[in-house]
Amino acid sequence: MNDIAVELKGVCKYYPNINALHPLSMSVKAGEVLGLFGHNGAGKSTLMKLILGVLKPSGGEILALGHCPRSNKSHDYRTLFGYLPENVSFYEQLTGREVLHYLAKLKGHGKAQADRLLEEVNLAPAADRAVKTYSKGMRQRLGLAQAFLGEPKLLILDEPTVGLDPVATQDFYLTVDRLKSGGCAVILCSHVLPGVESHIDRAMILSKGRKLALGHLAELREAANLPIEVSVAGLSRLAIEEKTNGIITESDWLQSSTENSSSLANSAMYHRFNTSADNKLDILRNLSTDSDLQDLHIKLPSLEDLYRYYLSDFNKTAV
Amino acid sequence: MNKILIVAQKEFRDGLRNRWTGAITVIFILMSLGLAYFGSATAGVLGFSSLESTLVSLASLCVMLVPLIALMLAYNSFVGELEQGTLLLLMTYPLSSAQLLLGKFTGQAAIITLASVLGFGLPAIIICLVSDVDVASVLIAFSQFIVLASLLGWVFIALAYIISISVTEKSKAAGLALIVWFLFVLVFDLVLMAILVASEGNINQTLVPFLLWVNPTDVFRILVYTIIGAENYSGVLQIAEHGADGTAYLFAVMLLWVALPLAFSWWIFNKKELSE
Repeated sequence: MNDIAVELKGVCKYYPNINALHPLSMSVKAGEVLGLFGHNGAGKSTLMKLILGVLKPSGGEILALGHCPRSNKSHDYRTLFGYLPENVSFYEQLTGREVLHYLAKLKGHGKAQADRLLEEVNLAPAADRAVKTYSKGMRQRLGLAQAFLGEPKLLILDEPTVGLDPVATQDFYLTVDRLKSGGCAVILCSHVLPGVESHIDRAMILSKGRKLALGHLAELREAANLPIEVSVAGLSRLAIEEKTNGIITESDWLQSSTENSSSLANSAMYHRFNTSADNKLDILRNLSTDSDLQDLHIKLPSLEDLYRYYLSDFNKTAV
Repeated sequence: MNKILIVAQKEFRDGLRNRWTGAITVIFILMSLGLAYFGSATAGVLGFSSLESTLVSLASLCVMLVPLIALMLAYNSFVGELEQGTLLLLMTYPLSSAQLLLGKFTGQAAIITLASVLGFGLPAIIICLVSDVDVASVLIAFSQFIVLASLLGWVFIALAYIISISVTEKSKAAGLALIVWFLFVLVFDLVLMAILVASEGNINQTLVPFLLWVNPTDVFRILVYTIIGAENYSGVLQIAEHGADGTAYLFAVMLLWVALPLAFSWWIFNKKELSE
């Protein structure tokens, strides 16, 4: 298999009344995790269904694991797909084990592997209960287990962490990291932006069926040129302004906050200001030499900030 | 293992688990024993008297019940999985639409067949044990009846799939299934009769018997009458006396009634796109 797991060339999808997806080109490499972000109705689900071959594109070309996902031959390659639909639900009257055994058989895998996956997602104690008694989180874990069947080479996950507790979420990312290092390409769609940030290689932001941004987080940050936020404790505003030689203007100052830093008793006053990424090193150099400095935080623009930026940018140009 | 068999196995187990098979079997047993025992009550006799009258009455009841049972068993097959989201999931699995369709059909057809074998087979054995009858002729007639009743069930499973694949809501599928039952079982014969009477014989007489082929329940009834050699056709079936009652032809027509709806539902399935 070659390096590119998924490739889209000018793929679009039109419905009679609405345009679900405007022509879009992108690719995902093997062993890469692509985060897919956008509002409801932005075209995320449509895009995933196109890649999986459930929907037929109105135009353009799709290659998933080197094959057109709607060709007859693609059935053989679907063994290597793992998909978690949004709001997944299963055969209510069957037990979790029966559901996973059935799905494993359809993918051509044995019961042993299904049982091992049930252990892996911590469903073993509930495996012999009917799915209708499952909580949202348990259903989600069953959904993940079926997506992980048979060491997939292409994993497409729609809101994978919804309903999962922190431990299960961590376990989930561990599995994703393991599959990724085995050469699996992952497309991960999530609304929970803070958690996902450290696990994705590249991000794509969609809105109203258009691609707003696609790239590594660092690239997106650079392109957006959003300010970074610096919080300083131990120095007065005046001292900071003097030290930094007027880099900080009046409008850069943010509301000061009191944060409990190391201990509860020793809460310090933090002065916060925005600055551009280029000034970051200068400021650090100047402030760190001051003996009064108690603490200093630097906050890079988060995925959420970037998401907001690209969306508002798009809305401005659209108007 | 073959994908069709995997799906069929699951559907079959679901059928057993839902107690469908049990319920249908009990209904069939009660029907057959009741009709065998009370079937000749109008002639002033109780107890098993005539194989012919028992099977004719059983056929009339089956025509009403078997389609209803089959439609109720199968109307949910696809729209249920669509609502659940599992249909979308299965379509990303290495499983073609034909495999899914045939697998479901095999499993549910097996349920109906099992119910007929038990539900009509047990009464046949009981009749043989308690009455002084020609065992061979009873068993042969009942086995043929079992085959025909199963076939009738298969036809309506296939018809239910057309409904189940076409709609997006369970309740709509249930409603349509009832309408289909109503049309084939009650309305069709009345309308056909009305047309024949109103036309006062102006319709091509050689064509008329073939009009019955349009309704699988009528084909089933003619077949039952043919195999037991019944003389007294009743109601709209009288027109079948004028031809078009060759067993082989009728059997082929029934098989077509299974195959065509299945092919049609497969065509709709492939044409339709699974969207939100």
